Amino acid sequence: MKKNNLKLETNCVNTWCPGCGNFGILIAFKQAIISLIRKGTPKENIVIASGIGCSSKIVDYLDLNSFCSLHGRPIATAEGIKIANNKLKVIVFAGDGGTYNEGISHLIHAAKRNIDITVLIHNNRCFALTTGQFTSTSPKGFKGKSTPDGSVEEPFDPLKLMMASNATFVARGYSAKISHLKNLVLAGVQHKGFSFIDILQPCVSFFNTYEFYNKKVYEISDSNLDSEKHALRKINEWQYKKDSKIPIGIFYKINKPIYK
Amino acid sequence: MNTDYSIVVGGAAGLGSRRAGLLIAKLFSSLGYYVFIYDDYQSLIRGGHSFSNIRISTSKKLSYCSRIDFLIALDKRTWNEHQSELKKDGLLVYNSDNFNVSEVQAIGVSAQAIVKNVGGKKIMENIALLAAFVKALGIEWNALKDLLTKEFGKDRKINLEIAKKSFEQNKSLMKIKKTRRKKQFFLVTGNQAIAQGVIQAGMKLYFAYPMTPATGILHYLARCGQNSKIKTIQLENELAVINAALGSAYAGLPSAVGTSGGGFALMTESLSLACQAEIPLLIINSQRAAPASGVPTYTAQSDLSFALAAGHGDIVKFLAAPGDAEEACYWAGRLLSLSWEYQTPSVLLVDKQISESTFSFDEKILAKIESIKYLKDNNRSEYLRYQDTKKGISPLSFPGEKGKVIKTTSYEHNEAGNTIEDEVGVQKMQDKRLRKYEEMKKAVEGMNTVNVYGNKKSSKAILTWGSSKGPAKEAAENLNIKMIQLLVLQPFPIKEIERVLEGVKSLILVENNALGQLGSVLTSYNIKIDAKILKYNSRPFLAEEIEEALNKILKNEKK
Repeated sequence: MKKNNLKLETNCVNTWCPGCGNFGILIAFKQAIISLIRKGTPKENIVIASGIGCSSKIVDYLDLNSFCSLHGRPIATAEGIKIANNKLKVIVFAGDGGTYNEGISHLIHAAKRNIDITVLIHNNRCFALTTGQFTSTSPKGFKGKSTPDGSVEEPFDPLKLMMASNATFVARGYSAKISHLKNLVLAGVQHKGFSFIDILQPCVSFFNTYEFYNKKVYEISDSNLDSEKHALRKINEWQYKKDSKIPIGIFYKINKPIYK
Repeated sequence: MNTDYSIVVGGAAGLGSRRAGLLIAKLFSSLGYYVFIYDDYQSLIRGGHSFSNIRISTSKKLSYCSRIDFLIALDKRTWNEHQSELKKDGLLVYNSDNFNVSEVQAIGVSAQAIVKNVGGKKIMENIALLAAFVKALGIEWNALKDLLTKEFGKDRKINLEIAKKSFEQNKSLMKIKKTRRKKQFFLVTGNQAIAQGVIQAGMKLYFAYPMTPATGILHYLARCGQNSKIKTIQLENELAVINAALGSAYAGLPSAVGTSGGGFALMTESLSLACQAEIPLLIINSQRAAPASGVPTYTAQSDLSFALAAGHGDIVKFLAAPGDAEEACYWAGRLLSLSWEYQTPSVLLVDKQISESTFSFDEKILAKIESIKYLKDNNRSEYLRYQDTKKGISPLSFPGEKGKVIKTTSYEHNEAGNTIEDEVGVQKMQDKRLRKYEEMKKAVEGMNTVNVYGNKKSSKAILTWGSSKGPAKEAAENLNIKMIQLLVLQPFPIKEIERVLEGVKSLILVENNALGQLGSVLTSYNIKIDAKILKYNSRPFLAEEIEEALNKILKNEKK
């Protein structure tokens, strides 16, 4: 592989806050892509799609084919790209706000139809670019600008939602565990069918969870990946509770006919 | 002789009135007549009252009449609802096993008994009535036999038995002749015509979420796709539909979406994205009576103002509103190719009256639709998706091309497709799109954007658009005045309109909406409207209604 093929940086100035969890995701993704290209995927066959929010700025920082869509819609956009050209590897970057709030129907249906795309969720558990409001995964009591007395809503677990939606690859990563995340992304992109990776991503400005995750997060091994029961048991270990451990890794991976 | 018959076939949903109507239309079409079917049905699956009003004529008509020559009643309600429409010398054909009528010229068919006798299903009673009607008109058995043989598959034998029995039991009352015309037209709905138009232009992917009255396009294309390279895909909602279509167009496949007003409203944020990201896309909006869910299976032309303004921001797009099946076919294809040429969205505005009515279709129109052409990038140097060119149109390339990176975005962007916020850059890209709009305007000036019918020299003119074309044209011809039909509404063909308005002293607007929406557009161009004929009860105009309203207006003008 020629060296110039592996240039993934652009000239765009990065505008994420210093210390943002997104940097870890960007580094892990670049490593995964370089590895993918080295394994033989032509760079021009890789397309990334994003929506709106801090997470979605990532397309400006990567010298790859990209489609920055509307808030909540990049999964639908990615599905159209994949349907039009099956050779393309299509990867979505989106936040918890865009995916679990605004565009949740697309996530559920993409999983249900097992379309061969990868969805990476930068789950910082708040709306950050709009300066701090609660999302579907913010903890109950989250004090944001729209909920000064704390949010009254309980968060839901997107991994359980994905299991219920018949996703064939369900995983969770942590933006500070870069090499673990790189391997997850690579496994997700190489999975034949719909792959979903929820990435815990601290937001240094509105919901700094570094200390919490560093203490709680632990890696699980790839075992019993085709067992729904096992997957749900591992997923249910956390459920956004404060005192429990947080497993990361691949929870579920099965083969099913792919949507074409 | 100028033949012009109107036939109503009616019954509860599930009794097969639509099928019977279509068979009658096909039979007359095979005899060389022009056919127009207005289908009236309610938003329900079984029961209620549905009917088809079939107009059979030796010259082309695009609307139906309120006074009918023949009534075929599959149930009593049809008789109750339509008896006042039957002309004095009109003929009723009815199911005499269900009810009895004595006071008019009527043929009672023992449909239930005939069907039961051969072990048929209830729905086949429609064939018994059809056969009695055909016999009454003096049409030969062979014509009906050929038609039923062609139209039915697994139930062919039993339907032929039913038809034969009914045909033999009933008598001839008149003699309908074949026309002298050699050419036979295909019968298509407006939705089928639209589908054929986009296929002809080169559409490869159609995305939709079902919504009456646009669903027929989805059904037709899904069937076509089984033997062609076209994919038809139903997704979870209209937002998924339009965004997936934009994704597929970005990846290089010409795509289209279809919906009605409510779905179109949901799509407008992404219409704006198509404009900003300069992605070609055809959006078909088949209007129904609105606001909101409105009257789902009935018609209106009340989305015009909304469609013209659709999309937040300074939007550049094409909008055309065809008035019959051939125009719908042509403009569906033309708009898709214009979208690719100018890399911007386009909207085809039709309504239930076009989408779901059945027309005698002159397929010669298909040859006039040009395939999609676009500016390809042949450069080997660094690719800039939004290269700032003189005409504002940048060369296109798609993901998968070696050595190129194709970046597209909903944000304002630089030539490479990266997000920008600086004022100089923002203005530069907005100006690029405006230069493109100037090119679009020039393109429209060279097209047939306005049709003129009737007495072209008359100083009195009616002006309309879309499905009101048919009845308005007929009314203008009957009154020997001028009729102007606007086909393209964005960019607005003002020069052409001013040209056809030369010599017009009295201008009367005809629209199937309550606010006179085209009227507002004309007023904004300082075109004076002298009177308005508006209809907004969810039913299409009839030529006779327009004629009556015109007579009143013109009489008042004389005073």
